[in-house]
Amino acid sequence: MASVSPEYALLLAGVLFCLGLVGVIVRRNLLFILLCVEIMLNSAGLAFVVAGARWGQPDGQVMFIFLLTMAAAEVAVGLALLILHFNRRKTLNADMMGGG
Amino acid sequence: MNTVFALSAVVAVAATVLVITRRSAVHALLYLVVSLLAVAVIMFLLGAAFVAALEVIIYAGAIMVLFVFVIMLIGHESIAMNPRAWIGPSVMSAVLLAELAWVLARGRLGGASVTEVGPKQVGIALFGPYLLGAEMAAFLLLAGLVGAFHLGRRRN
Repeated sequence: MASVSPEYALLLAGVLFCLGLVGVIVRRNLLFILLCVEIMLNSAGLAFVVAGARWGQPDGQVMFIFLLTMAAAEVAVGLALLILHFNRRKTLNADMMGGG
Repeated sequence: MNTVFALSAVVAVAATVLVITRRSAVHALLYLVVSLLAVAVIMFLLGAAFVAALEVIIYAGAIMVLFVFVIMLIGHESIAMNPRAWIGPSVMSAVLLAELAWVLARGRLGGASVTEVGPKQVGIALFGPYLLGAEMAAFLLLAGLVGAFHLGRRRN
């Protein structure tokens, strides 16, 4: 079995990031926007791991652990905001945010 | 190109496309878990088994459960799913499981070109040169906890 070439793995990370970005731009549901942000963070983590594996160093995995921590904190605050928004407006539509 | 990698990459991209096109949040969540599992398989193939396990446990486990809790709390849509909705994610996960079984049955991962970086090296790096980063991550988690508590608290 040949090893995974870093170029293709980085390409996959790029494709996943673009899909997440498209989701953030296209979807208006706040829950889906958060999901797509998760996809983007995950693809960035994949890029870190690929780069770490390319040089055989643990740094990439360490950065992924930091990214995981950040994603957890981001999701906790983001979902709390989402619940707050839903309780006020009774909708998850991002266009209904703001405006008093 | 490595067929196992290609298969997992196809599964990851297909599941992600399905995530951003689903109408129901629960279905999207299910596909996102499959996408994360596919990425975990790719990390495993890259020789980063520790991070692959973290991806399954924390991302596909803990963070996705948080999303499920919020969907239930909001009660915006019914959690109950018709059995047909399980077919897509099940087939994709079966593909990933078959890949994993095949890779494990072959014994050693990859060829001489795959250098495995184990948990020991990661731990030494994390609590050696990256110690300040680990402390900051702890602060970030505390800030997230306080922020989520503050936002979620009932006002009267």
